[in-house]
This record gives sequence, structure tokens and C-alpha cells, in this order.
Amino acid sequence: MGRMGRAVAVIGTGQTKHGRRDDVSYPDLVREAIQAVFEDAGITIQDVDAIVYGSMPSMMEGVAFNHFYMADALRAVGKPLLRTETCGSTGQSIAQTGIYWVASGMADIVLVVGSEKQHEGDAQATMMTIPDKITLPMVGGAPVAFSMQSREWMGYFNIDEAKAREAAAIVSVDCHDGGLNNPLAHIQMKVTKEEVMNAKIITYPVRLLDVCPSSDGACAVLFASKDKARKICKKPAWVKGMGFRGEEYYTGDSNKAVWQSTIGAAQEAYKQAGITDPRKELDVAEIYNPFTYHELMFMECLGLCPPGEAPDYVIDGVFSPDGELPCNPSGGVLCTNCIGATGLIRLAEAARQVTGKAGPMQVEGAKLALSHAMGGLEQFNAVTIIGSKL
Amino acid sequence: MNKRNEKPRTLKSVLRIPYEMAQGPAWTHFFEGFKQKKILGTKCNECGRVLIPARPFCPRCFEPMEEWVEVAQEGTIVTWSYVNYTYFGVTADMIPQVPVTVKLDGTDCGWWGGLIGGFDVKNFDLVNKKVKVGGRIKAVWRDKVEGNMYDIDHWEIIK
Ligand SMILES: [Zn+2]
Repeated sequence: MGRMGRAVAVIGTGQTKHGRRDDVSYPDLVREAIQAVFEDAGITIQDVDAIVYGSMPSMMEGVAFNHFYMADALRAVGKPLLRTETCGSTGQSIAQTGIYWVASGMADIVLVVGSEKQHEGDAQATMMTIPDKITLPMVGGAPVAFSMQSREWMGYFNIDEAKAREAAAIVSVDCHDGGLNNPLAHIQMKVTKEEVMNAKIITYPVRLLDVCPSSDGACAVLFASKDKARKICKKPAWVKGMGFRGEEYYTGDSNKAVWQSTIGAAQEAYKQAGITDPRKELDVAEIYNPFTYHELMFMECLGLCPPGEAPDYVIDGVFSPDGELPCNPSGGVLCTNCIGATGLIRLAEAARQVTGKAGPMQVEGAKLALSHAMGGLEQFNAVTIIGSKL
Repeated sequence: MNKRNEKPRTLKSVLRIPYEMAQGPAWTHFFEGFKQKKILGTKCNECGRVLIPARPFCPRCFEPMEEWVEVAQEGTIVTWSYVNYTYFGVTADMIPQVPVTVKLDGTDCGWWGGLIGGFDVKNFDLVNKKVKVGGRIKAVWRDKVEGNMYDIDHWEIIK
């Protein structure tokens, strides 16, 4: 690992309106993102060499091999089509698959699409088939797994419960404020710290306003080689570095408070991007945060603050909109979780930030952005760094 | 988009798909141990770690784990949660429940293997007072064991 191959640019992004979308069929929904990305990039399907698609396991929405169901909506007919899936990190995995394709020189322009229609199935039932039924039959539900990680982290670093609670509430307030700035976000509501801290317990320490929604939505991104990008796009964003790491199967085999696959993925991406002090050098971060406490853990494992100290940094406002490194100005996963698209939305928002196209969500003068996603119970972590300069 | 004023329909459907999952020699022996109310781990001769559930091979050394070790039925809490919502397979009468990851004495891993019980676990304040990361628990078996993950009825807090 280390060398990036050919330079790769982001030349367009497109998203649907996220939320409960039973107004349209699943292929209709995907088509909405495809239309948006071509409009944004100002090119047509004729310019595209290959397509990458991903979602949660097909059984999530009841149609197996759903890239076949989507083939027309993806405009994939007669083109090379790859499917990649890694659960929650699918959106990052499909982006990296597309980036590999361009970086290798095998394609000049690749269309990458992630989608989910969570309301069409029982997401938690599908997720209960992620652990095996022989040795982990009672391990189920994303909130349970992720809350167990959060409690482990609090216990390992002996973090005061009230302090962690306050920091997680700040994350929720900041994200919900971000969601209000994001016209495509699923959840658009104002919440207060007190409301978050007193909400109903879902899976302790997680309460209702610490939890993401189940969203329908799709995201599409066009990646291009340097030559094509310079010809087509006035202001491309550039892939500066990327990392992906897997993890052991059994959750108890390693410590989740010091989450090695997150740390490894981030360090690899930083090395490629030439980043040595991420909190100082990054201008904005889109961190995978289906649960507020998760974001606190990831801030640490992504190297944005010292281990065990995320609550202090959050309470000090370091990661708030006016802080040193604003996190999730889009509202993050906490306001929109169409899972197969989620990791790709992080990357799309990073690209929009560094090209000054983020509208009301814009972090002033952002030039370097982090995008991240996690998948499985905990098995996959991916980081992609996007910058304004090649 | 819809000029005909028809509310778009949804199709409701359920799929039921049977499976037959091979447990292999290691997990078979692990659950044979359960039938005698014993917890059997496997030891790696490369790194020396004892892991449960038993493993056919060491995830880190990739060597077969052929040495069986009976481990303690008591251990230390690594993490826990208080689950207060229902999801697939979990009905309203089953919650709140308190899943736990325990590091059993004589093992080198945490084990997410069941629920805390033996007191009123539906009472959150009581749970949050009694259940601590670093606290000690022991396995309480069902009277009738069948050689599966449900044989341990619950984990009991010990002082
Ligand atoms: Zn070993």
C-alpha cells in the first residue's frame, strides 16, 4: 500500500431527497441521484467507462442482486458493472472501488452509486444475519452492538458518564442544526441539549436523539482521471488519500475503545495525503455517526484528538460549527442514513465543501476534508481524504 | 410527477428461507461441553491465547487450535448495555434486557454471550448501580441444557 496510482478527481455529485420515499419505486429513486450527478458534472452516460454500485445486503429490501434491479436506472446496460458491499461502509467501499478503477488506468470516468430504501424491508432483521446463528445468535440490532462499543470505550478510559453524556448531546445538537442547513437531509428539526439528555433510553447509553433515522435515498459520484477532469470540470475535487481496514470477526477479540481498523484506515489515508496533524490540517470532517457516542469514539480513533479525550474537546467546542474542525456540517448520518449511500454521501459532502459548493452547510474556505464510514458489527473502516488541490 | 392523483401503492410480502448451517468439529465440541455445563476454550500453541467461543484456528496465527482448555465460569465485565427497544426476534415482553460482554478467567478475549439476570433488570437505576465495567459475574445454566448458546440462562452479578 502507499502509492495512489494515477490522480483521481471528483467531477460531480448527486443525491436524492432523503427520507421516507414510498412515493417512488426503488429504481425511480436511484434514477433521481443519477440525473442529479450528470446535471452537476455536465456530462452524459456516453462519457462514462464503468459503473460501481452498492447497497446493504440485497435481502434488506427484498430483491436479490439489486444492481440488476437497478441496471436501467444506473444506465449500466452495455457497461462494465461492479457491485461492492461492506455493510455500513459500503458507500466508502464503492467510492474506493471506483477510485482504484481510475487510478489503475483501466477507466477514465467511473460512475459510483450507493442506495438504500430502508422502509422497504426490516433493516434490523437483515442486520441480525450479519453475525452467525451458531455462536452469536443473540447478537443483533445495530443499536445494541454500537452501544456495547460505546460503553466499552467509556469504561476503558474511565470517562465520567455525565461528561460523555453532555458531549454526545452536543454532537446531537450540532448535527441537528446541520440537518436544518441541508435541504436533502431526512431529519430536519431543532433539538436542545436537555431534550437529548432526557430522551427515552434506546440502548443505554444511547437515547432516542442519539440515534440516526432509517432513510430511503441514493447518492452518485463521478470520478475522473486528471486529464478528463481538467477538460470537463472547472473546479474538480481531488482524492488525496484513502485507507480501508478489516477487523477480526469476534467482537471480544480486540478492544473497541482503541479501534484498530479505524486507526489503520485513517493512518493509511493520512500517509497518502501527507497529513501529519489531522485536526490542524483538515478543515472539515464527515464522520460516520449513526450514533452520537460513535462519533466521539471515531474522533479519537481518526486521530482528531487524544484517546479518551473526545468529550473534553467536544465540550470545548473544538468540533462544533465555529470550532477548529467542524464535524458533520451536513447533519451527518445522525440526520440521514440510507445505509448503502451513507459512506458515499460523506465523500460527496467532503467534495462539495472543498469546491465551495456546500451552500448553507459551507465551512468557510475549506480546502481539505475527511470522509469516513464503518461497517459490519465493527469489521470494516474506511477513510477517504478529499482536497481542493491536486 | 403524478398527474393522475393516484397514491403510489406498496406491495406487502414476507419471505421465509430455511438454512442448515454446518457447525464444524470445533463448535460441535464447544457445545458438547455446554451439555455438561462446561465452557471449553481452545488454546493457540503459537501465541498462547485461549479463546471462546472455541475456534478451529487462531485468527491471528492461522494455526489450528487443537488444545482444549476448560475455562472458569466467572469473569469480568468488559461492556454492557440496557436494551429498551424491540427489533426482529425481540418482543415487548423480552425488554428491557441487559446484554453483556465478559472476559472469563483463563481466557484472552471478551465474550458477548448472553444477558445479565438474577435481579430486576427492567429497573434501569438498579441496573446502572449494579452493573459496572470491571465488575464480576458468573454463568447460571438452565436446568435442561441442549448444547446451544441459550444453555447459559443468564449471568449473575457476584461481589
Ligand atoms: Zn495464535
